[in-house]
Amino acid sequence: MTTINKKRRLGRNVSIVGAGMSAFGAFKEKDSRDLFSEAFQEMMGHMDQGIDIEDIECGYIGNYSSDLFEHQGHTAPIMADWLGMTPVPMTRIENACASSGSALREGVMAIASGMYDIVLVGGVEKMTNLATDQVTDVLASAADGLYEVPSGLTFPGIFGALAKAHMDRYETNLDHLLKVAIKNHHNGALNPKAQFNVTIQSLMERRKSRAQERGQPVPDWQTDMDFLNDAQANPWIAWPLRLYDCAPITDGGSCVLLVASEIAGNFTDKPIHIAGIGQATGRPLHDAEELTSLSSAKAAAAQAYEMAGVTPQDINLAEVHDCFTIAEIIATEDLGFFAPGEGPRAVDEGRTARTGDHPINTSGGLKAKGHPVGASGVAQVIEIFHQLRGEAGERQVPNANLEFGLTHNVGGTGGTCVVNILRRG
Amino acid sequence: MADDTKQFNATSYFAYIKDEKKLMGIRCRNCSHLSSTPRPMCPSCHSKDVEWHEFSGKAKLSTFTCISIVSVAMGKRGYGRDNPCCTGIVTLEEGPRVSAHILGVDGNNPQSIKTGMALVLDPEEIDPEDPALAFRPA
Repeated sequence: MTTINKKRRLGRNVSIVGAGMSAFGAFKEKDSRDLFSEAFQEMMGHMDQGIDIEDIECGYIGNYSSDLFEHQGHTAPIMADWLGMTPVPMTRIENACASSGSALREGVMAIASGMYDIVLVGGVEKMTNLATDQVTDVLASAADGLYEVPSGLTFPGIFGALAKAHMDRYETNLDHLLKVAIKNHHNGALNPKAQFNVTIQSLMERRKSRAQERGQPVPDWQTDMDFLNDAQANPWIAWPLRLYDCAPITDGGSCVLLVASEIAGNFTDKPIHIAGIGQATGRPLHDAEELTSLSSAKAAAAQAYEMAGVTPQDINLAEVHDCFTIAEIIATEDLGFFAPGEGPRAVDEGRTARTGDHPINTSGGLKAKGHPVGASGVAQVIEIFHQLRGEAGERQVPNANLEFGLTHNVGGTGGTCVVNILRRG
Repeated sequence: MADDTKQFNATSYFAYIKDEKKLMGIRCRNCSHLSSTPRPMCPSCHSKDVEWHEFSGKAKLSTFTCISIVSVAMGKRGYGRDNPCCTGIVTLEEGPRVSAHILGVDGNNPQSIKTGMALVLDPEEIDPEDPALAFRPA
């Protein structure tokens, strides 16, 4: 247990010099290879000073379950083929929803080891081929199949139990959860790649106009909270979580190009550096130390902060793993942005909004941007990459001096957590 | 008396529940740590000197959820939107926790289900084809 706290340093520094992601959404006609190619082509087309595909030496691709979603195993060589990169070595990394967070970590270590200078890392998931109950079962297989799943627990169920524990222990209520969803949709409305590129208010207005057009009774929702408190519009998934507390089922791909920092200048004048990385494991909820926190997140964050030499208060913005609204609240506490139990009040006070003092999930988060599970960890890194470079467009955090951004990527219900800290060059 | 020749694994665990209606975990003979999920090595001190330990089946509800969008297996048992499945994290009186299906409560009325409530193991409700732990209010 002591080795987790050992001080660790990369053998040499690593930087991100390019990023690309596919649109996130439900795309009936696209397979995972199409989605990953789309991400890769966007990255290649936006390299500040260009790059030859032939110069990429190695790849790590996060993917949770192409086996069950697409009946396709051994995904990495297929991606290499579709990118025209064979025989370059590529490896699929599976750590549930933290798959591409872990893939990025492997890429960083491959460069830090001195073995490679230029490495592609990314993630992909094609989820919408299956019906919702089947997707629910595939996702549940990231929990303990012997001792959690048979009791009926689904993924939303486990986070529902966490939410109930948080509500019992602190002053957390259902409105706090809904406010996280409203905030993340606000941000998602400014992200053209988001699956839900729309505010909840607009979704509500659309529903009302549609009812009117069809001559149906028009619901009398006045505010987004009215809409979200309507059991028809926002049905229970796993009490106390409703539909709008849950990240959607999404198809998507994401990738970034990692290089040794000493050659980053060959590719861009605005590299983003890896300042700290951390990864840790945790036990199932019934065996967790606390029912209101993820121990793996706290351990991974401690490693990343130590390596980067920063504290939570030095972080200008963060992308956290809001697979469920309660997960975002718990993440902001586990990462040390707020004390345990203070996360809900921070939401109430707008501190986690894009214009707050701790902007969280400016991309829209998994909730609004979408959650193609294997692609999410790197997609979080892409948002921080753009924000730190000042190229996040309409959703740019209004602070000219952004220096540090953090990503928090959870696998399963905290079985894995990967935390990365990025620094502007 | 537990049979220490049985392997410390899930096969034995579910066989105990189905055949003997007993909830069994392991106790470490070295450090006395109790684990609700049997394994051949103590997760606390790493000793391989573990033995079967029978839990009383008395417990309390630590947290729970009422699931409307259920797994395929719970759907087959009649749970779903109209009949949410209550599942909880249950703390055994001996200390360890388990994940378990909670019977005898109204999944449509979560406000009526109270954390802290006393529960007892309900081994009669075990589905032999698909064994899972079930508790009900004491």
